[in-house]
Amino acid sequence: MEPVYDHILIRYAELSLKGKNRSHFEKRLQHNIRTALRKFPEVKVKRSFGRMFVELHGEDVQGVSDILQHLFGIHSFSPALKTDNELDGIKAAALFAIKDALPDEEGTFKVSARRIDKSFPVRSQKLNYELGSHILQNTGDITVDVHIPDVEVKVEVRQEATYLTCKTVKGPGGLPIGTGGRVMLMLSGGIDSPVAGYQMLKRGVDLQAVHFHSPPFTNERALQKVKDLTKVLSRYAGTEITLHVVPFTEAQKKIHEAVPGEYEMTIMRRVMLRIAEKVAAKNKALALANGESLGQVASQTLDSMFTINEVTTMPVLRPLVAMDKLEVIDIAQKIDTYELSILPYEDCCTIFLPPQTKTKPNRTKANRFEGNLDIEALVEDAAERTYKQTLSSAEELDKEFEDLF
Amino acid sequence: MIYFDNSATTRPYPEVVETFAKVSVDFFGNPSSLHPGGKQAERLLVQTRERAASLLNVDFKEVLFTSGGTESNNLAIKGTAYQHRSRGRHLITSEAEHPSSYETFRQLEQEGFNVTYLPVNNKGIVSLDDVKQAVGHETVLVSLLHVNNELGSINPVEQIGNFLLNHPKVLFHVDHVQGVGKVPLHLKNAKVDFCSFSSHKFHGLKGTGLLYARAGTKLSPIFKGGSQEHQMRAGTENVAGATAMVKALRMTQDAAVKRTKELYRMSERLIEELKSIDGVYVNTPEERAPHIVNFSVPGLKPEVLVQSYGEKSMYVSTKSACSSKFAEPSRVLTACGFSYERAASGVRVSLSFENTNEEMSAFIDYTKEMIPSLLKVVNR
Repeated sequence: MEPVYDHILIRYAELSLKGKNRSHFEKRLQHNIRTALRKFPEVKVKRSFGRMFVELHGEDVQGVSDILQHLFGIHSFSPALKTDNELDGIKAAALFAIKDALPDEEGTFKVSARRIDKSFPVRSQKLNYELGSHILQNTGDITVDVHIPDVEVKVEVRQEATYLTCKTVKGPGGLPIGTGGRVMLMLSGGIDSPVAGYQMLKRGVDLQAVHFHSPPFTNERALQKVKDLTKVLSRYAGTEITLHVVPFTEAQKKIHEAVPGEYEMTIMRRVMLRIAEKVAAKNKALALANGESLGQVASQTLDSMFTINEVTTMPVLRPLVAMDKLEVIDIAQKIDTYELSILPYEDCCTIFLPPQTKTKPNRTKANRFEGNLDIEALVEDAAERTYKQTLSSAEELDKEFEDLF
Repeated sequence: MIYFDNSATTRPYPEVVETFAKVSVDFFGNPSSLHPGGKQAERLLVQTRERAASLLNVDFKEVLFTSGGTESNNLAIKGTAYQHRSRGRHLITSEAEHPSSYETFRQLEQEGFNVTYLPVNNKGIVSLDDVKQAVGHETVLVSLLHVNNELGSINPVEQIGNFLLNHPKVLFHVDHVQGVGKVPLHLKNAKVDFCSFSSHKFHGLKGTGLLYARAGTKLSPIFKGGSQEHQMRAGTENVAGATAMVKALRMTQDAAVKRTKELYRMSERLIEELKSIDGVYVNTPEERAPHIVNFSVPGLKPEVLVQSYGEKSMYVSTKSACSSKFAEPSRVLTACGFSYERAASGVRVSLSFENTNEEMSAFIDYTKEMIPSLLKVVNR
């Protein structure tokens, strides 16, 4: 029997700490894995003893691994080779596995063999020795280190077959999507907000996004960019994401007319927050999330946050609040949103940017300036005209272009 | 018509022409325009690039649209030579390259660059050892064909690419124009920095091509102007051409999965039959691309063969279409060490996935009748 990748062993992240709720989390992860792997029809996903197994049934191990790598709730996984219980076959499989794990044939390893099937004639210690020397004889600069090896070749001889694992691939950790509540992400198109969305997804929330669009002051391309970012995020959500687009032009014009320049940004943010809260409530979200980071720009000082936050009682989650810009950029690059985010289009926060913005606005003044506006009507109107679109990374192509390729 | 000149150009797939027409009419906006028409064209171009990237297993940022193989080769070769001229002025290529590379190197030589033309063996293949010996401190580029356009022989680009990893300052360009869909090339495994593609060699339209330029590489542009194609190739993008090309690439890759073996069997049959005819020498080596068979009939001018086939509506060619109007012996066959007579009488039969076994049978039957009778006339 040629060695083949037979199944993938999956280890959970925090799920194992969940006590009585644990099976709820596990079931959700199992469901998410099944959904993510639906393009591999032969694959089966099973749970047992605090682990999960993806049975490959001939499907491509690399393709499946690429997908598992991005699924929240997975701590790590190891593809397992299956071979028959013949010493020569096990040797070949061990060599195959080590070459797969150390393609440059450099590094250290150890073999840890176990006989579940005690009728197998070679005892574990002897098997360690046999497999180890076979690997040493047939590879380049690979040596044995029994204490801290780069690779541990684990061998289990069972009744039906022998299984080998040696590569451990890290997953993203976090909790399975759908185990948290629903959160409405304020997605601007900058570098921060997509990263904030990713961080929220990591905690297992069911994410939707809201975007403020001000045509003709903001370009169609800016909206497209936000749609593209939503598609990228949907890759990590493992499912489509609903994007709510708020027509914000009218509100923005009125604010611009009625509010002194230095408070314009503050009031605009307060109005946005109210609209986002309405959209969230309509869609049964229990919190808002945004990409604010303390001290990054004028609207993100603590004074600003204090003044802006006054208008809502809904929790406003700020996963990036204590991060440095460079840390955020690192994540953005890792999750493939950075390149999209830096495309140079106007967004609603920059178009009417006054020469000066108050870094320490206060609530009294903000309320006074808002007195010049019919806030209620403005918010109601924008929320009313908000339209939604579901976006998915699986749909690589825009529908209108589909038949061209 | 039996069209066996697919290495010169291929018949565009009707679906590809349809895409070209539809994009030309429906999405004619300039992708750089700010209005919705421009945005739509840009959107399509972005998706075309992503599609191309996924078909080639590379990143979309690594795909540059060009006007074809010649431009891609020129851009990769001159672009690298000029960009890194302060680092070194030594370039390496082979004696069996396509004119669009070969002549570019000749031009660079006149501009003061120092070019090593590696020899090829009698199979038309460059040896890794020769590459190893040629690389020096001054070297900035190695540029080689993947599949030879006259012979169908295959250079060991993966080995060479991996060797060049030890020389991180030497960039590696591969001309994959003849290999697309016929001989797989995994750009990342072969550690290629630049790779040229030409749409009309895989049933796309003439005037469109692609250059893969690995992320992190820089090229001195040949066309200066706007900031299109990451500022490496100015000029309004040919959106319709690019989209049509990507469709052709997709269709060719699909066909390759299903029909490569059949293509090998068809050309194998031709080779066997040719070998059985007195006076015919097969130039194509045993390890070869599935679609090219080159043979010589010393004593017969290749034009005579091309004409004779032409009378029966069978289309073949002599050497590379780009140089076939010159009467000299083939530079490539000469480089393989073949005699003057043999190098001057090469005929190339080049197939595509559209050709059929019936066509091949008809071609073989006619060949077996025609060549002996022509030889009789000349030898009298």
